[in-house]
Amino acid sequence: MTKIKSVEALKKYQDELKKAGESLEELRDAGNLVGIKVAMATCSNAAGAGKVMEFISAALDKRGVDALVTKTGCMGYCYAEPTIEVTLPGKEPVVFGDVDIQRADQIIEQYIKKGETVEGVIPVNYKTVDEPYNE
Amino acid sequence: MSVKKQIRIALRNCGVINPERIEEYISRDGYFALGKVLSEMTPEEAVKVIKDSGIRGRGGAGFPTGLKWELASKNKADQKYVVCNADEGDPGAFMDRSILEGDPHSVLEAMALCAYCMGATQGFIYIRAEYPLAIERLKIAIEQAGELGLLGKNIFGSGFDFDIGLKYGAGAFVCGEETALIHSMEGERGEPTLKPPFPAESGYLGKPTNVNNVETYANIPVIFLKGASWFNGIGTETSKGTKVFALAGKVNNVGLVEVPMGTTLREVIFEIGGGIKDGKKFKAVQTGGPSGGCLTEKHLDTPIDYENLVANGSMMGSGGMIIMDEDDCMVSVAKFFLDFSVEESCGKCSPCRIGNKRLHELLKRICEGKGELPDLDRLKNLSEVIKDTSLCGLGQSSPNPVLSTLDNFHHEYLSHVVDKKCTSGVCTDLLEYFIVEENCIGCTACARACPVGAISGERKEPHLINPDTCIKCGACMEKCKFDAVILK
Repeated sequence: MTKIKSVEALKKYQDELKKAGESLEELRDAGNLVGIKVAMATCSNAAGAGKVMEFISAALDKRGVDALVTKTGCMGYCYAEPTIEVTLPGKEPVVFGDVDIQRADQIIEQYIKKGETVEGVIPVNYKTVDEPYNE
Repeated sequence: MSVKKQIRIALRNCGVINPERIEEYISRDGYFALGKVLSEMTPEEAVKVIKDSGIRGRGGAGFPTGLKWELASKNKADQKYVVCNADEGDPGAFMDRSILEGDPHSVLEAMALCAYCMGATQGFIYIRAEYPLAIERLKIAIEQAGELGLLGKNIFGSGFDFDIGLKYGAGAFVCGEETALIHSMEGERGEPTLKPPFPAESGYLGKPTNVNNVETYANIPVIFLKGASWFNGIGTETSKGTKVFALAGKVNNVGLVEVPMGTTLREVIFEIGGGIKDGKKFKAVQTGGPSGGCLTEKHLDTPIDYENLVANGSMMGSGGMIIMDEDDCMVSVAKFFLDFSVEESCGKCSPCRIGNKRLHELLKRICEGKGELPDLDRLKNLSEVIKDTSLCGLGQSSPNPVLSTLDNFHHEYLSHVVDKKCTSGVCTDLLEYFIVEENCIGCTACARACPVGAISGERKEPHLINPDTCIKCGACMEKCKFDAVILK
């Protein structure tokens, strides 16, 4: 791997990553893949996130849904672990709580395949660093 | 949609990126702060940014971070060290673990920035061995950053070298104290020493060392990217930015929250936390872990910042927030935290080693119904002596749960000591078994189960427990099929 020796080189590397669609956000913007993030911190894993991740990856593959399943850190919703975030092409991300295998199956069939609402959505309750603070 | 009370700065990437891929961190402007500072700023200018931002240590005491960095940068030495304190030990706290597991690169980048500011070339993360997943992700992150040259020699072609290693702690609470942490890193016993000398002057291996908490570091790259005035525009007069809290206990939405300083406890517990479980009544909130205190209903509208929490007999601490409802006995809560402090005291100084033990014994006596009125004064006096005379932060703060509950829940202590009653029904020694007449059908099951013959009554007539003979074993309650035996 070449070493990054300047801010310009870092910027160039970042641009390349964005072009390649290195993050789910970019894939969403490109509008072609379903993005699924599974929270996998110690607490999520203890609640069974590992099995849910395995199930989702295998099930999407079998059912012919083009998706990118990745792991991420703690989303902060300990009361509703395991949690997953699903981003349908062209749509805002949606976070589902208490996702066991049965719920994961329901989310794939109803939300991902048909776009129907599924209960147990956790609303976004925070601002990011890029949002104005005083609003 | 409800107003968003949270703003995620330290947690900006947690639950967003894949922590095991540096590419995703870079996609979200990771390592740009380091690049910018190394190529555009002198160390003095960079320290000034942190000073201007007003950020204070997130590990507990709230010492201004910029000042800490400046002190470390001014001390001349052939070798200096940057240390990340990841020895998170408060019961119910998991902020640092979540950050390390969800966004390890932000901590690495911030440590490199700190190293540049103070002139260090080697960093260490002191992390408890009980955090295997955080350790694994940190190792991956360090390797990836090294491969891209973002750690190692001549970073960003600026001539600045910096490497990070891991040191494992065995999970002693006192090792979160910076001098004890440094001794533990050196392979010595994890015991604190008197300051001064401060680590900024003589720390790891006697060299100038800067120790900051995980959450403090996680804020640093954003401060450089968005500017000091952006950061100090958030929060209160004396406390800038945000604080991560781990909400735990009897609250509906147990979880990790990050709120601007100045948010009230009511907003955190009732709006973000979703209120108390099972519709019960709120009783108290414990902040600051075993070093903090219990705040009550009357403190709910106090804006959270370092000063306000201390003024009300608690402290910020590292960010544990345990919510208690009407079923919690405050004397038992104080005893629980004292139990922890007794266990975790390193034993070096007598006030902490012996004083806390005696405090614990007094509380135990009260919970067993053997307390007397003068015990309450003894608790208070002893607590103050321990606070004033202990060597380090552990002993100086360990009586806080006792003092704050004595203050805010005096009536509960009185009912334990005078009436020998635990109104919350927690202290079993103060409870008695009763038979509810209306529910009892006189089946005699309880009387037959009682090992000491304390239950009397005719067949098909309500039975009665003789409290003088009863040994409170609970056998009657277990046998009764009609919920006729109660404990109160």
